[in-house]
Amino acid sequence: MLQADKTTYQSWISSGEIWIWMNAAAVGISIAAVGGLLGLIAARGLAHFWPADIAAITYTRESGTEAFALGEMIESERLALIQYRDATGDTTEFPEGIEEVDRWLIKTGNRRVDPPDFQWIYNHRISSISYPEAVAVFERMEWGNAYGELHSVLENTEVVASGSEVWPELESRLERVEAIRDEIGDIEQGEFNAINYDLEQIRLERRKLELDDAVAAAPRSEREADLTAEEVLLNRRYHTAESTLRTLIEQRSRDAIEIELSTGQILNINLAQLVRAWRPNQMSVVDKLVLYGSSVWLFLSEDPREANTEGGIFPAIFGTVMMVLLMSLLVTPLGVIAAVYLREYAKQGPFVQLIRIAVNNLAGVPSIVYGVFGLGFFVYFVGGNLDQLFFQASLPAPTFGTPGLLWASLTLALLTVPVVVVSTEEGLTRIPRAIREGSLALGATKAETLFKVVLPIASPSILTGVILAVARAAGEVAPLMLVGVVKLAPTLPMDGNFPYMHLERKFMHLGFHIFDVGFQSPNVEAARPIVYATALLLVLIIIALNLSAILLRTRLENRYRGVES
Amino acid sequence: MVLKASDPLNNSTNATPAHAQPALERSLLVEDLSLYYGDQQALIDVNLDIPQKQVTAFIGPSGCGKSTLLRCFNRMNDLIDGVRTTGRILLEGHEIFAPEVDVAQLRRRVGMVFQRPNPFPKSIYENVAYGLRIQGTHPKTETDEIVEWALRSAALWDEVKDRLKESALGLSGGQQQRLVIARAVAVKPSVLLLDEPASALDPISTLKIEELIHQLKSDYTIVIVTHNMQQAARVSDNTAFLYLGELIEVGKTQDVFTNPSQSRTEDYITGRYG
Repeated sequence: MLQADKTTYQSWISSGEIWIWMNAAAVGISIAAVGGLLGLIAARGLAHFWPADIAAITYTRESGTEAFALGEMIESERLALIQYRDATGDTTEFPEGIEEVDRWLIKTGNRRVDPPDFQWIYNHRISSISYPEAVAVFERMEWGNAYGELHSVLENTEVVASGSEVWPELESRLERVEAIRDEIGDIEQGEFNAINYDLEQIRLERRKLELDDAVAAAPRSEREADLTAEEVLLNRRYHTAESTLRTLIEQRSRDAIEIELSTGQILNINLAQLVRAWRPNQMSVVDKLVLYGSSVWLFLSEDPREANTEGGIFPAIFGTVMMVLLMSLLVTPLGVIAAVYLREYAKQGPFVQLIRIAVNNLAGVPSIVYGVFGLGFFVYFVGGNLDQLFFQASLPAPTFGTPGLLWASLTLALLTVPVVVVSTEEGLTRIPRAIREGSLALGATKAETLFKVVLPIASPSILTGVILAVARAAGEVAPLMLVGVVKLAPTLPMDGNFPYMHLERKFMHLGFHIFDVGFQSPNVEAARPIVYATALLLVLIIIALNLSAILLRTRLENRYRGVES
Repeated sequence: MVLKASDPLNNSTNATPAHAQPALERSLLVEDLSLYYGDQQALIDVNLDIPQKQVTAFIGPSGCGKSTLLRCFNRMNDLIDGVRTTGRILLEGHEIFAPEVDVAQLRRRVGMVFQRPNPFPKSIYENVAYGLRIQGTHPKTETDEIVEWALRSAALWDEVKDRLKESALGLSGGQQQRLVIARAVAVKPSVLLLDEPASALDPISTLKIEELIHQLKSDYTIVIVTHNMQQAARVSDNTAFLYLGELIEVGKTQDVFTNPSQSRTEDYITGRYG
């Protein structure tokens, strides 16, 4: 009699089982969406660095002539027959029942020599695919990869190696070029940078002296003489460095290689233009893994080349992380102070409630609006006035009156401040009255209670706000385009020249990099894997930033566990 | 004379402990005290004498105003919006509602322990040293001494001396309540207000707190609010019975319990209501 009636629809509904199913489905869909997104980005982004085998493909053209292609098989795609006929104009009969054709995207490289560097080949036209051991990939500084067989190594246009000795010879000579390249980089980034910086300082000093009427004639000419002497010294240093550099550059382009392309053409590549070379078809998995690792490292540590479609993204990583950290430093005190005032000091009433609603609504303002505000207020107004006041010497060239790291961070801090305010306020309200009264009853003032008891207990909530702010700020692109992010920044916002942090400089950002490479790049096929890899990296960086904040919060939570009972 | 921040006599950082001050007959004097929460009157013309270095218990049914009266003595009611008081309270002869009074100084003179233990989420040591740190910098050795002395006063030293750096939240409820008493004692007040200090504790912890009250009354004037008749009878020297905001009867505990002059007191004590 007491047994549940499982048979009727009514009893099934009232048992609530349907809700459990719906909840589980919603969670499942969310996980699938997030997992799918991350999986796609990770797979595409990581596959880009794998040294794929080079296929030698023989196929027939539409005209019926035999053709030959050498390259990496990137991806295959299935096309409806109608689409295929429209695209190629092919009217030949296909066997009964075939309604789709497959095609492969082949990266044939050799840009500028044998265009196009990507081509589609239909499966049914391919007559044979082989993987010849001798073919190699030559990663060039410009124009992307070249595919072909290494023919000979040249020194000052004289052949020094051919046949079986070419590879060891190339490797040793490439090492030499790399060492020279490092030296050149050191001079350009170190000595040249420092000299240019000092010269610029001298120019500014001189301009300041010109603008300053208060200085008497005698010390003025003395000061000017000093500056000139310093300048002469710097110029001498510059010339020494320049001649060293010129010799190095000459030495760098001493050697060259000749490779034979699939067309039979001989291509001459100067070693100065060669990054790496490898023969994937005869590499073991371990070799490939090593190469894979070095490719990933180059991607993470190098500057971009070729309109951002080749090389690395180090400046963008650096810019993103620095901008987010700076933003956190700015937003935390601002948000916490605002929340403390709203919750602890302001007289609660309709007006404060109105302000609270306004703050919450700020979080919903489209980010581009903040960008426009940042450009108008921070860059032109604040920055322009700063220049007038403190950087008169360098005018009309703006120092702070132009988009830069500081303004981008400030704009994003403004954008994320509501999140910090809301979660801090929540934390403050959750603190039991008894704790505050305990402190006040010991003769502490309200401010002492706030700093010694209330804020430490609220710190996990404050960090929650910062975590949300970081997550939002790191993924934001639109406002940044107006207030400081550029496609290619010549220098990092941090270097060895005083004051080491250059907040006025423009910087690169991973989010903008994705947009730029994906949509502004002339070579779509070459850019696509970079977009995935960059997106993966951006996600990983956001996860890393969040994880560190979460770890910190967990530690604080453990310390204050049991208070809010 | 009033309590002023600048008054050196009233500065409890003063090395002279409270109990070394010249003995006065009364510690607190309440004159015609009325208190309003907005329009609602919670205390009606209360007149009361609280003798020094004795335990005075406030009893009465819930909502009778005994906690409100207790919270007047260290002006904790100031924190509640819309509270208004008339009348006077004198602490050792000084008017505590006077505008020149530094509330923080007053609260150092009049310590308070709440119904639920409310240690700060800091170490045991830091909890006790909190009041000292608020007052300013003491040399470390002096702070150490005061912390040990306060913990001994609260009969907690032996239990925690080996884990002073551990979080106070790890202590049991009874230990936490004694820690809070030590925290209050550390700033050397002259009056201790206990607002139902044992109501959230188990019987054994309650017993310890009651023993502690016995020990502390030789140095401090203690005012305790309690719901528990037996407790009031056990620990207090004087008992005040409040009912609906009025002080019905006050006198020696023995007299109030054995021979109440008011029938309402008798009704409450014998359990006819409350």
